[in-house]
Amino acid sequence: MAIAIVLILVAVGSVAFHIYSPWWWTEIASNWNQIDLTVVITFWITGIVFVALTLFVAYCVVKFRYSKNRRAEYKPENKKLELWLTILTSLGVIGMLAPGLWVWQQYVSPPPNADEVEIVGQQWQWSFRYPGQDGILGTTDANLVSFDNPFGINPTDPAGQDDILIEGDALHLPLGRPVKFLLRSHDVLHNFFIPQFRAKMDLVPGMVTYFWITPTRTGEFEILCAELCGLGHHQMRGGILIEEEDTFQTWLAEQQTFRQIQQDARLHQNRPVKIATDAPAGKE
Amino acid sequence: MAKATPTDIDDLETADLPEMDLYHPKSFLTKWVFSQDAKVIALQYATTATLIGLVALVLSWLMRLQLGFPDSFDFIAPTDYYQYITMHGMIMVIYLLTALFLGGFGNYLIPLMIGARDMVFPYMNMLSYWIYLAAVLLLAATFFVPGGPTGAGWTLYPPQAILSGTPGREWGIVLMLASLALFIVGFTMGGLNYVITVLQARARGMTLMRMPLTIWGIFVATILALLAFPSLFVSVIMLLFDRLLNTSFFMPHIIEFGEKLQYGGGSPILFQHLFWFFGHPEVYIVAVPAFGIVSDLIATHARKNIFGYRMMVWAILIIGLLSFVVWAHHMYVSGMNPYFGFFFATSTLIIAVPTAIKVYNWVLTLWRGNIHLSLPMLFAIGFIITFINGGITGLFLGNVIVDVPLSDTMFVVAHFHMVMGVAPILVVFGAIYHWFPLITGRWLNQTLGHLHFWITFVGAYAIYFPMHYLGFMGVPRRYYSLGETAFIPDSVADLNKFITLAALVVGAAQIVFIFNLIYSIFWGRKAERNPWKATTLEWQTETMPPRHGNFGPQLPRVYRWAYDYSVPGAKDDFIPQNQPPAPDEEAAPTGAPPS
Repeated sequence: MAIAIVLILVAVGSVAFHIYSPWWWTEIASNWNQIDLTVVITFWITGIVFVALTLFVAYCVVKFRYSKNRRAEYKPENKKLELWLTILTSLGVIGMLAPGLWVWQQYVSPPPNADEVEIVGQQWQWSFRYPGQDGILGTTDANLVSFDNPFGINPTDPAGQDDILIEGDALHLPLGRPVKFLLRSHDVLHNFFIPQFRAKMDLVPGMVTYFWITPTRTGEFEILCAELCGLGHHQMRGGILIEEEDTFQTWLAEQQTFRQIQQDARLHQNRPVKIATDAPAGKE
Repeated sequence: MAKATPTDIDDLETADLPEMDLYHPKSFLTKWVFSQDAKVIALQYATTATLIGLVALVLSWLMRLQLGFPDSFDFIAPTDYYQYITMHGMIMVIYLLTALFLGGFGNYLIPLMIGARDMVFPYMNMLSYWIYLAAVLLLAATFFVPGGPTGAGWTLYPPQAILSGTPGREWGIVLMLASLALFIVGFTMGGLNYVITVLQARARGMTLMRMPLTIWGIFVATILALLAFPSLFVSVIMLLFDRLLNTSFFMPHIIEFGEKLQYGGGSPILFQHLFWFFGHPEVYIVAVPAFGIVSDLIATHARKNIFGYRMMVWAILIIGLLSFVVWAHHMYVSGMNPYFGFFFATSTLIIAVPTAIKVYNWVLTLWRGNIHLSLPMLFAIGFIITFINGGITGLFLGNVIVDVPLSDTMFVVAHFHMVMGVAPILVVFGAIYHWFPLITGRWLNQTLGHLHFWITFVGAYAIYFPMHYLGFMGVPRRYYSLGETAFIPDSVADLNKFITLAALVVGAAQIVFIFNLIYSIFWGRKAERNPWKATTLEWQTETMPPRHGNFGPQLPRVYRWAYDYSVPGAKDDFIPQNQPPAPDEEAAPTGAPPS
């Protein structure tokens, strides 16, 4: 009998934990309310199934406990019941999948007017690039990365000259404007994750990945790396600041462009940058 | 039900292989060490898997200590922590669960349950074990090489796995890859054996649709493994080349700490596709044998036929087939073409239907049964609840958009531990309590067994259920420590302490179980023959434990399916599969006979 009591406690306790425990998602700060909605739908459908099945097992254990004077029923199949259960399950699955795919369609379709911002990951830090006046991010190549050109921006591409580069500072974004993040990595896989935005995507060396959000409240949030990237994985943090449009524009105007940084480098250092082209494949 | 008359049986074709001439051992060495008896090989597999599994258990304690009490243990640096999680995961998934279900239960039960004297290739079977042992030793050796084992995470994703920011870059990763390649070679030898034995060496009358579901589960899982492991094999070899020969299968241009490496042109995502093309079927390689075994435990201990046997067989086959077209649901946020999400979310959620049917059929088998709350039944019930829980969280992660906030968080850790860690392990325990009398002729201590069950079932639930909620909050997985993070309240540290304590207790309960095993082999209460009054052939052998060759001079003949429990009008509440029909035995009363 103990097992029946424990099963009832598991069912009731799980529901109680869900309702009363302090651990739940953070207050949302992006447009992805629909993601939360799909989670809630999934919770309802699966939660009902879980509680019903657990209580059913508890009931069976009590009701059909072994007795010498009784025999189990001999009934190998029940086509009608099996058919109904299949249909109900399929309906439940459709109930979760259909809204899920609908929201996914939006997740993979950034609005055409979205601002583009580039996120660059490397062991174990974040840096950011805005397209500048022309609204176009200059082309890049990992082979061009050097001490003075940490983003690997193509110096001959005019679109890249006015790109605004942010290193060692938080990412600033204006409130209420859709933004498409273009993600790039120089070394290993990383993942750009802000729990309050509900959204994330891997950074993959050798390619550019993306996702989009619209920030819906001002404040400071934390960027976490969510793809194991070596020893410093847990320390690979960054800041993100959602501001009113004016504050954001003021801040942005104070930042240096690629052209300015290159000029500064030539002025102050005046030395050729050596890129080790014949370095071994890995550091021993 | 599902009867054939003796004449029918004589008309059935015999197996393609005639009676085998078994190689009988002549010395201690050939009987217990270089044995060709599948039952001994099974025990060798099980013992080796358990020993290396204990290492993984200790590793889980260590990582939980770090998560529960960060900054308290000087000997756990980030390097150590990442090595613990990597080795824990790899050992548990491949070297323990896969080896135990297929090498252990497969070897012991296939010949006995289908009425064969042994596997069809006993020598290759022996080789399979020794290569597995070499793979395990190679894996264990990584703890002692300079730099220690790899800390790349059990998924071994490049480029990180072979670059210097990851522990074990020098030796650990190389030995790990070599060990995996060896494991696959060894497994292929065993796996071909299991499949061919099931197809070719069944006793007369043992049609496929009369096989116990245990055999169906192991059979389908083995086919999955034979098709899936080659994908891991090639990815392992290619990664090894990238590491040792500087090829660039998975390596694009890389700037590592300001230094340009000589790689270029490869694709990290290709590795993920290859890995998960193996990795997802792997989940079912572990789960499907558990599905099969638990069906037989429930039927036997509820004294009732498994509900919807034919549907159960079809569900196993459909799940096996679908498991090959869902792999990229592990990669929704990997940067692959986002439109893959539509296909893989749909295929993944379709798998829920046959899986749910299996769950319904288990609980419907309990309905109007005559339920013994024996240890195997308790573990089976524990499995059902755990599996339902882990299965429904799979519906969160399989549904692409719901996966976006949850992937790479503790929710994923909680999900896969429930569904492919705790649930199959509960079946393993139930199966050991069930078949221990057959294997040793003795009972396991029942008091210790109950202690083991309650702590494991309740404890594991207490560990993993709350962990999901950390994931909802956004707590990422594979973090050495959370440090100061604004959105994570202090109560998370308390919950982490609680989970750690529960994990220590549950781990200790497994030590009690190991003690029980060793103690009972020598001093357990003697068991009578067929103590559970089961119908399947392994309990109908001449001797218990069965001798080499399994059956007496005559191989058994099979007259009925494996689930003739509580047949109306029969004297006992079970009829063994090899019992000829009584002259007045009626045809099946209701339902379509699954013959």
